[in-house]
Amino acid sequence: MLEALLAYSEMKLGPTWGPAVYELVTSLVFIACIVAPLFLSMAYLTLWERKLIGWIQIRIGPNRVGPMGLLQPIADGIKLLFKEVIFPANASRTLFVLAPILTLMPAVAAWAVIPFSPELVLADINAGLLYIMALTSMGVYGVIIAGWASNSKYAFLGAMRSAAQMVSYELAMGFALVVVLMVSGSLNLSDIVEQQGKGRFAAMGLSFLSWNWLPLLPMLLVYFISGIAETNRAPFDVVEGESEIVAGHMVEYSGMAFALFFLAEYMNMLVISALTVIMFFGGWLPLWDSVLTNWIPSIFWLLGKIFVVVSMFLWIRATLPRYRYDQIMRLGWKVFIPLTLVWIVVIGAWMQTPWSLWR
Amino acid sequence: MFEAAVFYAFGAILIASALAVITARNPVHAALFLVLSFFTASAIWLLLRAEFLAIALVLVYVGAVMVLFLFVVMMLDINLERLREGFWQYLPLGALVGILMAFEMGAVLYGRWFGLVAPPRAMVPGYSNTKELGRLIYTDYVLAFEIAAVVLLVAIVAAISLTLRRRKDSRSQDPSQQVKARREDRVRLVAMPSEKDA
Repeated sequence: MLEALLAYSEMKLGPTWGPAVYELVTSLVFIACIVAPLFLSMAYLTLWERKLIGWIQIRIGPNRVGPMGLLQPIADGIKLLFKEVIFPANASRTLFVLAPILTLMPAVAAWAVIPFSPELVLADINAGLLYIMALTSMGVYGVIIAGWASNSKYAFLGAMRSAAQMVSYELAMGFALVVVLMVSGSLNLSDIVEQQGKGRFAAMGLSFLSWNWLPLLPMLLVYFISGIAETNRAPFDVVEGESEIVAGHMVEYSGMAFALFFLAEYMNMLVISALTVIMFFGGWLPLWDSVLTNWIPSIFWLLGKIFVVVSMFLWIRATLPRYRYDQIMRLGWKVFIPLTLVWIVVIGAWMQTPWSLWR
Repeated sequence: MFEAAVFYAFGAILIASALAVITARNPVHAALFLVLSFFTASAIWLLLRAEFLAIALVLVYVGAVMVLFLFVVMMLDINLERLREGFWQYLPLGALVGILMAFEMGAVLYGRWFGLVAPPRAMVPGYSNTKELGRLIYTDYVLAFEIAAVVLLVAIVAAISLTLRRRKDSRSQDPSQQVKARREDRVRLVAMPSEKDA
């Protein structure tokens, strides 16, 4: 079918512009196919968070809108959509509008290189891991710009805190990923998943023991905890510490502009979970080798694992109290970064020995 | 054809945002335009299939350097009138540097016509920009690379030692001391006879 489309496009537009237009149109359609379910799952993640935290705290959670509260995210969305977006006095208007967009877009764009199954990936680029790291490092702009453009001291203080926190944990995250790419020998996310399907345990049919989480357990912990700090989730949510600085950088936002910040947080959670699954939990690979597990399509394995990791985020939020700011900085700079640096050397030395697991 | 159209679009954005960096009245806006020009430059590098350099540019300059830059610019209390004062005084020097840079760039760009610079080789299938760059850095240019790394390390140490000072009135916590605290150190249980009934 796609070949027929290409031929039609070439016939109508000529050999120079035909393929280009075909490429553009199909890419846009594929992007829509990824982004639409993504936004839906993002909306329902908010409901799942409220439900799960409700159950953890022995409550019921939202149950009024629709059957079992299933229409709650839609009601929330409609409410926020119809609220007025208020601009503070002397705010920098363009930047004020731009900030929520800049927060959400990198998180959405990161999905371009995430492989959903061996053949299902929008852009199978060689430098996929670098691309992800570059995009996640851009999320901080939305926060800083929001804080500055709001012309408010609370917002500015929140933005400064958050920028410092996000920049410091990005380093630990990057180093943890360096270890993963050392053992995979590739920056391509599909190759990283494929590499985890090889090894002694995978040959025995116990694929899950061959994944990176077991040999790289410290890096998994560093990556996941840094991921929580990077997304500004509890227990690292001093950015919006309600008890100290109201709501941080988004204190002046209302209506849909506020909703975009909120959604960006959930989108970032989904991205970090997807990356954790791809880097450490074997991506789309089934847990073990059997007729039943191989029968389940690989995309469901990936989505199921992402769901479990995302639920970990919510569980942690419901369980742990907020960190103090200096302790956050201490953990990032004095614990995680030295640990990852040492671990790079350890894994590098391990890979040179005859006992290396990655050949 | 399509690629050329994309290139010209990115080129126009790059030039416009670079101009905006020096013409914007507000320093924060100028810094943000600088971010935009870095980003567009990396997009142009991507068109040249230099994906490692392009993404490293975004990662390092957009993701880290410019964030700290914005940090500083936003915190400064900048007097715009004072900034404009020396414009005509510094114009000759600035113009000289600009002409020199334009000349150097022209020399590089026209070098190919004069046969000074070899044209780029065609890429073999399965060519990975990152891998090739890594191979070159760690084999042919390992010494230069290591020296650059040491220079950066010295700069880091110097920057830290310049700002590191002990203040007598500053207080800090020692977490290892904190976790060593036991109940017996803090609470003294006193045995008191219960009061007698009158």
